[in-house]
This record gives sequence, C-alpha cells and structure tokens, in this order.
Amino acid sequence: MATYLEFIQQNEERDGVRFSWNVWPSSRLEATRMVVPLACILTPLKERPDLPPVQYEPVLCSRPTCKAILNPLCQVDYRAKLWACNFCFQRNQFPPAYAGISEVNQPAELMPQFSTVEYVIQRGAQSPLIFLYVVDTCLEEDDLQALKESLQMSLSLLPPDALVGLITFGRMVQVHELSCEGISKSYVFRGTKDLTAKQIQDMLGLTKPAVPVHPARPAQPQEHPSISSRFLQPIHKIDMNLTDLLGELQRDPWPVPQGKRPLRSTGVALSIAVGLLEGTFPNTGARIMLFIGGPPTQGPGMVVGDELKVPIRSWHDIEKDNARFMKKATKHYEMLANRAAANGHCVDIYACALDQTGLLEMKCCTNLTGGHMVMGDSFNTSLFKQTFQRIFSKDFNGNFRMAFGATLEVKTSRELKVAGAIGPCVSLNVKGPCVSENELGVGGTSQWKICGLDPTSTLGIYFEVVNQHNAPIPQGGRGAIQFVTHYQHSSTQRRIRVTTIARNWADAQSQLKHIEAAFDQEAAAVLMARLGVFRAESEEGPDVLRWLDRQLIRLCQKFGQYTKEDPASFRLSDSFSLYPQFMFHLRRSPFLQVFNNSPDESSYYRHHFARQDLTQSLIMIQPILYSYSFHGPPEPVLLDSSSILADRILLMDTFFQIVIYLGETIAQWQKAGYQDMPEYENFKHLLQAPLDDAQEILHTRFPMPRYINTEHGGSQARFLLSKVNPSQTHNNLYAWGQETGAPILTDDVSLQVFMDHLKKLAVSSAC
Amino acid sequence: MSQQGYVATPPYSQSQPGIGLSPPHYGHYGDPSHTGSPPGMMKPAGPLGAAAPGGMLPQGHPPHGPHQFGQNGAHAQGPPLQRFPGPPPVNSAAPSYAPYSPSTQSSYPSPVSTSSVAQLGTQLSAMHVNSYGSGMAPPSQGPPGPPSAAAAFQGPSRSPQPSILQPGSQVLPPPPTALNGPSASPLPPSTHRQDGLPGPAPPNAQYQPPPLPGQTLGPGYPLQQANYGPQMAGAQLSYPGGFPGGPAQMAGPPQPQKKLDPDSIPSPIQVIENDRATRGGQVYTTNTRGQIPPLVTTDCTIQDQGNASPRYIRCTTYCFPCTSDMAKQAQIPLAAIIKPFATIPSNETPLYLVNHGETGPVRCNRCKAYMCPFMQFIEGGRRYQCGFCNCVNDVPPFYFQHLDHIGRRLDHYEKPELSLGSYEYVATLDYCRKNKPPSPPAFIFMIDVSYSNIKNGLVKLICEELKTVLEKLPKEDQEETSSLRVGFITYNKVLHFFNVKSTLARPQMMVVTDVSEVFVPLLDGFLVSYQESQSVIHNLLDQIPEMFADSNENETVFAPVIRAGMEALKAADCPGKLFIFHSSLPTAEAPGKLKNRDDKKLINTDKEKILFQPQTNVYDPLAKDCVAHGCCVTLFLFPSQYVDVASLGLVPQLTGGTLYKYNNFQVHLDSQQFLNDLRNDIEKKIGFDAIMRVRTSTGFRATDFFGGIYMNNTTDVEMAAIDCDKAVTVEFKHDDKLSEDSGALIQCAVLYTTVSGQRRLRIHNLGLNCSSQLADLYKSCETDALINFFAKSAFKAVLHQPLKVIREILVNQTAHVLACYRKNCASPSAASQLILPDSMKVLPVYMNCLLKNCVLLSRPEISTDERAYQRQLVMTMGVADSQLFFYPQLRPIHTLDVKSTTLPAAIRCSESRLSEEGIFLLANGVNMFLWLGVSSPPELIQGIFNVPSFAHVNTDITSLPELGNPYSQTLRMIMGIIQQKRPYSMKLTIVKQREQPEMVFRQFLVEDKGLYGGSSYVDFLCCVHKEICQLLN
Repeated sequence: MATYLEFIQQNEERDGVRFSWNVWPSSRLEATRMVVPLACILTPLKERPDLPPVQYEPVLCSRPTCKAILNPLCQVDYRAKLWACNFCFQRNQFPPAYAGISEVNQPAELMPQFSTVEYVIQRGAQSPLIFLYVVDTCLEEDDLQALKESLQMSLSLLPPDALVGLITFGRMVQVHELSCEGISKSYVFRGTKDLTAKQIQDMLGLTKPAVPVHPARPAQPQEHPSISSRFLQPIHKIDMNLTDLLGELQRDPWPVPQGKRPLRSTGVALSIAVGLLEGTFPNTGARIMLFIGGPPTQGPGMVVGDELKVPIRSWHDIEKDNARFMKKATKHYEMLANRAAANGHCVDIYACALDQTGLLEMKCCTNLTGGHMVMGDSFNTSLFKQTFQRIFSKDFNGNFRMAFGATLEVKTSRELKVAGAIGPCVSLNVKGPCVSENELGVGGTSQWKICGLDPTSTLGIYFEVVNQHNAPIPQGGRGAIQFVTHYQHSSTQRRIRVTTIARNWADAQSQLKHIEAAFDQEAAAVLMARLGVFRAESEEGPDVLRWLDRQLIRLCQKFGQYTKEDPASFRLSDSFSLYPQFMFHLRRSPFLQVFNNSPDESSYYRHHFARQDLTQSLIMIQPILYSYSFHGPPEPVLLDSSSILADRILLMDTFFQIVIYLGETIAQWQKAGYQDMPEYENFKHLLQAPLDDAQEILHTRFPMPRYINTEHGGSQARFLLSKVNPSQTHNNLYAWGQETGAPILTDDVSLQVFMDHLKKLAVSSAC
Repeated sequence: MSQQGYVATPPYSQSQPGIGLSPPHYGHYGDPSHTGSPPGMMKPAGPLGAAAPGGMLPQGHPPHGPHQFGQNGAHAQGPPLQRFPGPPPVNSAAPSYAPYSPSTQSSYPSPVSTSSVAQLGTQLSAMHVNSYGSGMAPPSQGPPGPPSAAAAFQGPSRSPQPSILQPGSQVLPPPPTALNGPSASPLPPSTHRQDGLPGPAPPNAQYQPPPLPGQTLGPGYPLQQANYGPQMAGAQLSYPGGFPGGPAQMAGPPQPQKKLDPDSIPSPIQVIENDRATRGGQVYTTNTRGQIPPLVTTDCTIQDQGNASPRYIRCTTYCFPCTSDMAKQAQIPLAAIIKPFATIPSNETPLYLVNHGETGPVRCNRCKAYMCPFMQFIEGGRRYQCGFCNCVNDVPPFYFQHLDHIGRRLDHYEKPELSLGSYEYVATLDYCRKNKPPSPPAFIFMIDVSYSNIKNGLVKLICEELKTVLEKLPKEDQEETSSLRVGFITYNKVLHFFNVKSTLARPQMMVVTDVSEVFVPLLDGFLVSYQESQSVIHNLLDQIPEMFADSNENETVFAPVIRAGMEALKAADCPGKLFIFHSSLPTAEAPGKLKNRDDKKLINTDKEKILFQPQTNVYDPLAKDCVAHGCCVTLFLFPSQYVDVASLGLVPQLTGGTLYKYNNFQVHLDSQQFLNDLRNDIEKKIGFDAIMRVRTSTGFRATDFFGGIYMNNTTDVEMAAIDCDKAVTVEFKHDDKLSEDSGALIQCAVLYTTVSGQRRLRIHNLGLNCSSQLADLYKSCETDALINFFAKSAFKAVLHQPLKVIREILVNQTAHVLACYRKNCASPSAASQLILPDSMKVLPVYMNCLLKNCVLLSRPEISTDERAYQRQLVMTMGVADSQLFFYPQLRPIHTLDVKSTTLPAAIRCSESRLSEEGIFLLANGVNMFLWLGVSSPPELIQGIFNVPSFAHVNTDITSLPELGNPYSQTLRMIMGIIQQKRPYSMKLTIVKQREQPEMVFRQFLVEDKGLYGGSSYVDFLCCVHKEICQLLN
C-alpha cells in the first residue's frame, strides 16, 4: 500500500491531480457500483518551481474534434516524423520545427516526466493586468480609514504598468476619473437604477460615437488605451493622484436617520464595474475588488431594506420563504457574475462587518469568476489587512500568484466521458465527443472558464466510465485524460499548461482488490464532500445528509468485510479506514450544517471549500488538533473530547480558525504567572510553542484564519468544543468526572455511535 | 421687535411725524402734507371743501397749473366726498343724467352733461383739430400757453366734477358748470374751458372732511358714490375739452382718414405730460377708497393711509359696476395688476413687519382674510366684522383693545394692520412647509459649457463675473452677509456638479450622465455659503473655462438641467433660484429633447399658435414640480439660431423666473448688457416659495390670473419665486351684486420666504368704489392697466386661438367699450362723432400698438423665437413696463439742453416727428435706439461719438464712448435715467437714417403704418370709429 500512497503523492506533486480511484473499473456498470465516482481533484496551476515553461506553442492533433496536445503518452514514429494521438488515434505530422526529432532528441513534451508542460504563447497583444477597486463608503470612520490605508498600500504592490480604476459607492455610485489635474472628477450614478452595459458605456462616454461599425478591427487594440484612459490608468502614471484621491475619500455624506441602515448601492456599483470592464477590456484579465461594509440596501441587488428593525434574512427566514429580496438579488448578482465571467473578469468580495453583508446573494460573483471571498468583522483587523496583502504575494520568480481568464479543457480517451466540474468555474458550454450526458457538478461541457485562479485553486472533476461491460478493455490498456489550461499569467503572457495522465483499467470482478487498493480515500472524501456541498446549494440540508449517508453505507457494503447481519464482524481495509470518519466530520461541518451559521457564513465556508486544494479541504472537513505538554514533543491527537486535558495545550486548525486552548491547569499556571519566573522557563517555552506553530500557519494561509487564544472555561472555547467528537457528553457518563477529557454538552451523536450505526446498516441486508 | 419699532417711530406717514402723534388729526392732514400752503387752506375750508380747492387754483398758477392740481385734489379726496349725499346725482350729469333725476343737482346737470361730452360736428372737427394740433399758437385758444392748453382741457374737465358735487351743497360749482356749458357749443368750448380752469379748485374742498374717520368706517360709505359722480363728469368734460374738435369726434367713418391731422387725435404724450404736470412730484395719499392714482409715468410720492400703494396694485378701473349686467354692458375688464414686491423709492416708508408671536396673524374665521383696515370693530372692541365676508368674529384676547368715540380702536395708529394698506406679518410654523422653518434659499448657477459657449468666451465671461457678483448676493437689511447659499453646475450633454465645500483643497467635479432620470450626486458641499467657500469657488471658476477648453461637445440637454437644480434644492430642503446660461437647442437624447420645428409656413394660419406652445409635454410637469419645491428658474439665452424659446421659456415663466435673450451674443459687444442683467437679477429683491391668495369682498371674485405663476387650483396662485419686477394680473368677475356703500375690497396676501429664510406674509389691501352708473365706471378707468390686461389675456389666448381671432376680439372689445360709453354716458350727438371717455383717450392708440406687436402680428424679420420671447416678457410685466413696451419713449436729443438735468420732452412715435437734422433716442424697455438723421449736427456727432461726421459713425457699437464733453455726458445720463428701474438692460442700437437697419427702428414708431401690416394710429381710430358706429346702429 505504501507504494500507492507514494504514487499518489508523486502524481499530486508532479501534476496537481489526485484521483478517487487510481485503477479504473473498466465498465460503466462496475464503475457505478463503486459508489464513489471516478473523479479527480485538479490544481491546474500548482506551483512547480522545477518546471520552466517552454517558449513555444504546443502541437495539436489535427482532428478538428480532438485537438489534443502532443504528450508523452503518444506513440511517435521518429522516422516518419509522425505521432499518433492517444485520444483519437489520429496520425499527425510533426510541424517543420520538429524536423530534428529523434529518440535521443526529444522535445520536453514527449518525456515521461513532463506529463505536465507549460507553454508560453508569444502571439497576440499583451494587455496589462487590470485592478478595479469598488469601495463602499458607508463605513464607520475608523473602518474607512483602515480600508483607505490598505488600498493605498496595495497600490505599492501592484505592477507598475497595471491599470487601476476606482469606483466608490454609498447612496450613489461614483466612477472616478483618474487622469484629471486640478480638480477631481467622477461620474455619478443613481444607486437605485439598474443599467445595461450599453447604457453604462454611453454614460461614461466609452462608446466612440463615430466609430465605423467594425472595419477598423486592427486599430482597435490601440483604441483601448485612449478609450479607457479616463477610468483605468497605469498605476505608475497616477500613483500620486490615486493615493490622494483615496486619502480624500469621505464617508457617504447622505444622512442616515435613526433606525435606518445607510443606503448602499452595491448592486449598481458592481453592475457599473462589470459594465465598465466589459466595454473597455473584454477578454482581458481583470480583477474587480469589491469592498463592502454592510448589506446592499437599495436598488437592484438589495438584500435588506433600510429599516433597521427588519433584520437581514436568516436561514430560518429562507426556509420559511421569508427572505423577500433574496431571489431577486441573487438573480441580479448571477447575471453580473455571468457577464463578468464571459469577459474573463474576476470579482473579489471583501466583506467586513459584524452583521451579514449579503454574501449569500453575492456568492456567485466570486464562485463563478474565481474571485476571492473574504469575510471579517472590520477592515481595521489584521485578518483583513493581512489577507488583503496576501493577495498580492509573489512567487519565487517574483510573479504575482494570480492568473486570469483561464479556460480549462478536459479531453478523455474513448472509454471515459467528463461529467462535470465543481470549483470556481463556469461552463463554456462546449459540447464534444467526450462530454457525458450525466452531469455531476457543472456539466454538459468539456471546457470551463476560470476567470481568476491562483496556484491553489482546485477543481473537482468528475468522469463517467462509458465503456460497456461487454466490451472489455485489452489487458494493460490505459485510460488517458488531458487537462489543457489556457490562461493569462500575471506577467501578462498567455500560457497553456497541459497535464496528461493515464491510469490502468481493471476488471472490477476479477481485480477488485487492485481497485480497492488504489482507492484514495482522502481525495474521495473531498470529492464526495464537494458533491454534497454542491447539492446543498440547491437542496434541503437533510436530503443531502441522507444522500451522503446512503453513499457511505453503500460503499461500506461494497468494500467492507463482514458477515451478514453481524455488525461486529465488520471490517474495512486500510485504504478505506479513514473514510467514514471524514464523512462523520463532514456531516457536522458548517458546509452541510447551517445551524448556528448565518447564510453569509455558510456561503463563505462553502466558497472556500469549493476552491481549496486537497490538504486544506481535509482540514476543513476534519480539523487538525495538536497537543502540547510536558510529556513529550507536540503530537497530533484525536479530534475528540477525550483529548481535552487539563495539563495540555491544544492547537486546533479548522482552516478558518486557529484555536489555542489552554487546559485547566495550564491556564491556572499562566494566571499565576509562572511563565515569568526564570525557574519555570520551560513552562514559558511550552506556552510559546503553539503560538509559534500558529504563526507559521497564519503566515501561509489564505485567507487569514481567525486567531483565537482561549483557555478552559473561556467563552471562545466553544470553537474547540463544537468541533471535537463528543465522545463524552452529559449523556454517556462513563467517563464523567475522570481526568481523561472534557464532556461536551451536546446531543449530537459521537463518532462511536455513528460507526455503530454504520456497521449495523452496512451488514444488514435490508438496504 | 417690529412692533416696538413701529410704535417708537411716528406713524407710517413718512413725512410727518407730527401727524402720527395726533391720530385724530391725522386724517385731515394727510392731504395737506403735499404742500405747505394747501393744507392751511384746506383746513379752513371745513365742510365744503369746494371753497378751498378753488382757492388753490387761483393761488399759484393762473391758468393751467392750478387746474391740474385741482384735479388731483379732487381725485385724492374722493372719499371725503362720500359724505355728501349730493354727489350721486352728479353722475347723472353725464349723458345718462336724465334717468337719475337727482334732487338737488338736477339743476346743474344739464349744463354739465353737455359740457362733459364735447360733441362737435364733423365739419367742426377739422377746424378743431387744427387748432389743437397747432395747439401752441392757436388763435382761438389764445390765452393759455400751448402747454397750458393741454392742461387746460383736463383741468376744466375735472374741475367740473367737483364743482358739480359742491354745487349740490353750495355755490361754487356753478362756475365750472358754466364753463362746461359753453363747451357744449362747438367752437367756443376750447376757450371756455380754459376759462373754466378755476373751476377745478373746488375738488380740494371736498377733501378734508371725510379723511380720517371715514376711510374704513361706515359714515363715509353710504356717500361714496357721491364722489365718483363728480369725477366722472369731469372725465368726460376733460375729453372734449382736450381735443375739442378733432380727437373727440372723428369725422364719421365716411370721412377719408387721410385728411385727419395726426395732431388732432389724442396724444399719449400729451396725456402723460398732463398727468405729470398736474400730479408729478406730489404726495399721493391712499386714504380714500376708489381714488384714481397718478399715471405710471408720473413720479410722485406715495403715502400709505389705508390702501395699498399703486406701486403694488393698479386696477383697470377704480370703480366697479354694481351688477354683472352693467359689467357686461360696458365690457370693461375688471382687473388688478398686482406687483406685490414692487420696489419702493427710498423716500417712501418700507413695509412694516407685524409679529404676533406664536399666535400668528389675526384672520377672519370664515374667509380667512387677514386683519386689515377693512375690518370693523364692534361691541366695544370685543368683536369685529370682516369687511370681506361680513362674518362677525371674536377678537382674540391678546388682541383686544378698546374703541374710541368714533368706534375705532385706540391703537389704530400703532398697528400697521389697522391703518395701512400694505404690511407684512411674520408667519408662524403653520405657514411653513411640513411645519418646519424654511432653510435660507439657494442660488444655483448652471452654465452650458458646450463647444460654442467655450469658443466664444461666454463661459469665461460668466465665470469671471460670478466672482464679483457673488459678493453682492441679496440679504436682509440687518444681515451682515447674505445667508443665501450658492451652488454650481456645468453641463453639455451631461451634467457636472461641483463640490465646493470650504474644507476642500480643490473643488470636486461629479458627472451625472443619467440625464433621463437626473439626480443630485452630492449633498454636503454643493450648496455652500459664498463667504466660507470663497477660495474654492474662485478656484473652480478659474478652472471651468479651461476644463472644457478641449471639449467639442455640441449637444446639450435642458430639461434635465432644470430637474437637477430642482432636485438639488429639494434635497437641501430649501427654495431657491436657478440661473441657467444656455445657448442652443437641446438636441441630446434626454427628456425635453427638442427639434427644430420653426416653420414660417404656419404663420397666418390657424396653426400659428403651435409655434407658441411648448414642443413636448415634458416642460409643463417639470414647471409644476419646480413650483412645488420653490425652485425658480431664470434663463439667460444666447441663441445663434432657433432654440425654441416657446419650449425653453416655459419653465422660467411658470416658476416666476425671468428669460433673458441675447441674439448672436458677441462677448466684445454684448457683455455689458448681459452683465447688467445678471447683476441686476442676482441683486434684486425677491421672495421665494410664494403662494398668493387674492380675497375679495362678497359680490365678486378673482377668476383669472396671468403672470409668472402656476395654478394648481382656482384660488391659490403659486409662485416658485416672485421678484420686484413681476406682476400678476388678476381678473375679477361678479358673482353677485356689489353695493355702492361697501364698495369692492381686495386683499392680496402673499406667503413667502425671505432671502434669509424667514417665512412672511405680505398683505396688500385695496378698496374700490362701486357704482351703478356707467359714467362712474368710465371715469375711473386706467388705460395703462387696461392695456396691461388686454395684452396678457391676448398673449395667453395666443396659445389656443388663431391670432386673427384674437385681434378681432380685441378690436371688437375696444369698439364695444367705447360704444357703450357713447351710448350711455356721452350726451346725444351725431352718430358720426367719435367720443372717447377722458380716461380712455389713448386706449385706441395703445390698443393699436398691442395689435401691431409682433406676437399678435407676425413680421418676416421677427423670428419665431423673438415672438415667443416677447410674449413671455409681457406676461409678467407690471403696468409701467407694459406701457413703455407698447408705446416706446421717443426723445429728441439734438435739442438737448446740456445744462439741465431734466429729460427732453418725449414726442409721439411717428416718423413725421423725426427730422433729418435731429438725433432721437427711442426706448421701449427692451431695446434702445439712437437714430441719427442724415443731417445731424456734426458737433453733436463729434460730442457723442468722437468722430468727425455722420459718415464716420460706427453703427456696430452697443454702448456710447465715454467722453468728457457735456453732450456725451448728458446723453449717457439720460440713457441712464431711462434705463433706471427697468427690469431689462436695454440693448443700444445706433441707427442711421436711410440705412438698412432703420427698418427695424421704424417698427417702433408705433403710430405709423407698419411695413408688413398693422395700421397706423389714424387708420385704426377710423376703423374703431366705424365699428362703434355699427354697434350704435
């Protein structure tokens, strides 16, 4: 088994791909019986410091319906200078540049270790990156000040030739012209009136009245700078201007009467931002960064009225169909998101407020365009400031960790079809021979658009085995999948990254053991979780849970070893052993449970769950718990109430929160001030150790997690208590009062109970 | 406050504190105040003033002067007469006499009647005409000097009236009557009249007794009629007298008009001069109900003693017919022209401010009329009877005061609302929008920055000027700085708002492109105090011309601009005024977009009216919104081609704003005119967010209103703002009988916000007489006011009726009015004689001017825009402005006496009065022409233009060079005087005789036949005469 683990890890490092199954069942029927679908987790732009991009263009299969890219799996006839496409078996001539090709003189893309290759396209005009700030001014004074500072700071992080623009909004929406001297000029829009893209462009004077219909195509690129120059300017030109302008930003001046919310025209502001870019830089990488300090309260996209006495919708309201603005607002933002996505622009939302800000309605803007969603309490917190700063972090080459306007294309060999994708993408609706009729996630296409992505952006891609049972695959046959990602690199180059992978087919009847052994339970857990979360967006919570349970039971029935009707006999092999536990925690996670979460929080959690890579996703599903004590070095411990001991310090990482929890005794010691006494320096070190580890996590995590430092009995200890498996509760008293842990006051079932039930159901023949 | 001040100072009588102190006497002295000597006389005169007046005349001035005095006196003292029962019959003196069968006077009547109407045979007419025309040296008239002659006519005419009255009671009258008598005989009349001059004296006499107590209270009332009777008679007399043969009696229609000597027909100049001579420079006190004020052209001092000054209200007639049948018969419009914010000369007392604290003004419970001199206190002062609806109200406890022996409150002279015709109340919160005190108003300057305006330097000019003119924003007298706030907007196809908050280092510009639904993008910093934001504003004004220097935007919007301003005021919750500087047809895609629809082919068709109607239905609702939010729009137009003034001007008109138009504006030529207008408009007195209500005593009511107003219902006159130049003309109709005793009372109340943001009520009260004698009615008419009314009603009708129909109606009505007089008031005579009532002597000539105005009669050289502009101009004019507008002043300059400061005497507007050797100045309130005869004296040319000869004069200049010589100085001073007090800065055009531009000038010679139609005065008179004859038959 170790070999499989290594294999999986190796593949992940090289290609950024992890499959739920690493040996594929060879027929459709068998594949469906595997319960967990054949799927993979793909990180298209996984950082590969060891992979220098090649400076030429890929060689494509000449069959128009295929156009697969030459890869190490292709059979090559060096003599005839021919290569056979491994997807459609078309034989292709090498292009003239490959004339010198031979067994010893292979291009990189033919070498086996280059299953992932990155090509740099030299053609086409390079357009600079575009950053459009959309800033809410209905903020408290200190919040606005903090935000202004963050924005000013960000200017210094942008590449000098990047174009920037500024839109501010409150009751009105202002598009600032950045190039004026002597007077600051802005175009103002009413916050209550939705405008079409055409209207916006007319009003901003972006449509040149005298442009002859289209004949002047070649001239167009040059027109861009002049047309847009007023609102989007190279940062190096208007650095000072913009800094001043940001400095002068005032809170929205319109008076807010007692008992009212400020009027916030987020919907129109975003619409104008999208319209502005749509009109000036279609199909160019651009980032709309929306900063909001509260919910939209007027105009299209309003989420709540301005009466403070009417609270913003809760899950309860939504279930009761009591959220009167939700559907309309969602529709508005979906429309915007789709337009932005169609033009390759991504939308970030930075929402900092104590109450909800309408992320539920706006989530599609980030989810469909690959933008970031950040949720905090205030712009004046390090959580926001550092998260925001991290957006502009650079990789080892000094390039921004961001890419724009990507399309991901998936090609499969004949036995497979692609059923869908789940992640920060939209369908491009490209039907093709390898598109399955069954959809899992966003399906019906073989291409997706990912407007904004970074090295950790990860998609779940689901496949369907279509090979018929009666058409066995020859021994040693392999299935192949090619992922082609076109994108605009942050250096403004167009690039294509191609990953081609192949896995063995196996007959599920005769070679079930192989298949079983090649099961990647981590990947499978994440992939199933994504499916569950995807469903949860549109279905009732309990239905999703039931579906997940049934899948788990079926999987156990399929791969467990047991004697019928005897739960005690139930065993799972190592490659499945952790899976039920993942499912247990997934059921309790905020991705599927909305209890105790606001709709915004749920949207926020789900957003991140749908785009983080496997490791982070697993942390989200099942938080990691480390224990620090005098008894030995720090060690990971079970996420269980039994791990909460008086003489331990616990560090829990839930991805969204980092919790440091001092056990009862430790907390008393700390209160007594032992750490300050030289003779107890080791205690000081003990206290310091989790802090250091937490810092490490904080440094790399995006978005910045909420950092919680608490102790036994502290109110914030709830963050820990709500996550651990409630093995000891007020209900099962056998451990009550003992030193072996802390009881959790909950009626939730514990993992043990869950497993007992699972076994019972798995061995029962009733279902 | 105000009350204290009020009490402290003597009564409102400006001139004589002493009087104030002794209320009881006050009334008596009211009149005396005019001159030192008269008073003395009058007192003694005692009961029968007759004697006294007589005295006056003889005193000073032998022939003419005195007469006029006398007349005035008579009028002014109309009220006193009331006491005398006798008078009524006098009326009968007029043609109608017979029926009346007055008791005492019957004896006099007969002579009077004859005298009153000079009836001359046709044959005679010629003779007389001549004599009159030559007036100066007429053999027959001999005795009086030429001017005196004129005066004489009137003198006698009026004198008779008084004389008649008094006759009733005393002896004096006879002399006048006697005079009149003679007049009856064809030839002699003229001379006789002059002789008769002494007659006028009596009027004064009547004067004294009634004044004080009488005014408001009963005693006088019953008698009222009496006064009028006499006046009537006078009027008639005067007429015949004035124009013995000629004017009065046009030869019958058959006579060829050509033969008529223009000098023989009534001359407006003569009428004006006569009035000026008799009443100019005097004190006119308003203590008497129904007295006829001096003409608008006459300068005098007005003293408020219970009725509103004629500066505020003028009426078409000061004596209403008692019944609607009578009114219909006479067809004289009953109307008042109210100019509630009229400018008061510095030697007259400004309005007193009454503050009743939180209780607010005292008002009648039923009709809500405000406390005024017409309220009669009864039951020892515990209750009062409303003069308007007769409802008996309790006096509020805080307002109680005991009555004196004549039933007048003891504090009568301490409270302006009890003793004055005009005063102001401090309004309470009940009178404010949303019961909140208003914010100080704001001025918003909105500048069209499209290509042409930038190019021709207009924008720069405006910006430069604003820097200085903003220093002079209007303020209350006691304020140190103006509390008005200012804001700035520029626009072309889109709107640019400016944030000029004082704390900003540089102004911020906010562009609103959503012109379809315009809104205000900022709140704080748009409307600012000029003082606080001065540096930012200057910064902005410096930048605006440069900011758009590269703009090549040609299209503009208009309605959104107004809406933006209105919304801004609405957002700031204050009333205000928009100053829009606009130059082109708004063709950009937006509400209120206009297209060029000027179509000369429509002229003289039934569809011509379309040209005066707004092109789209956007502007009317917009105006309504503006008025609802107290947003007044003043528009400065700089058109170089058709801009559709009819559409653009609608909002300015309905919101009480002003429309200024500068055709083909050129900065180097026309700046001065524009800047004067701008300064004047910014600095002028103005009230915002006003509602006017005209209340009347029972029996009649206000039915129609004309002016810069918006009416949402039939009674409330809403005005976004009203300034000192705007007048509202109100038409009255009977809804019941009026009584001669109680008269017809009018109370005009204007609720408004001052420039400092105070809510006030301005009340004007005016009492008119009523009579069941047509003659009284005719005697009390004021032609200038009539023309004002006719012009406004006709110009309003222009929107709905074909012009031809309107012209016909006007002619018919004129004829009807005169025919009615002829039939009922004039003594029997040959039907072919044209007989005009004295008060309407100049009605035909003015009417002809109105009919020839380009609004009613198109002329090829006048653009559609110009016609719409003039139409609008007239709609808000007061009487003085409309008089000048329709009958321009023409003054010879070559005869200038450089040592005198008086204006050269005006001459009639006819080419025949010009001479080749002369230079003439013509002004109508909008345009000014300096006409140079081909043989103008070179020294004058040199003096004025600083060029050697006529040929060297450059006619392009729009202002005269400032030269040090007396000619230049005097001429420019004269022009200054003419310009003074006129709402529009007149554009000066230099016209050389026999050069093309003279054609334009000719159109202003209104007595002549128009080049493109429009009859001459003489022709028109004949035409009217013909009509009258037809009516009479």
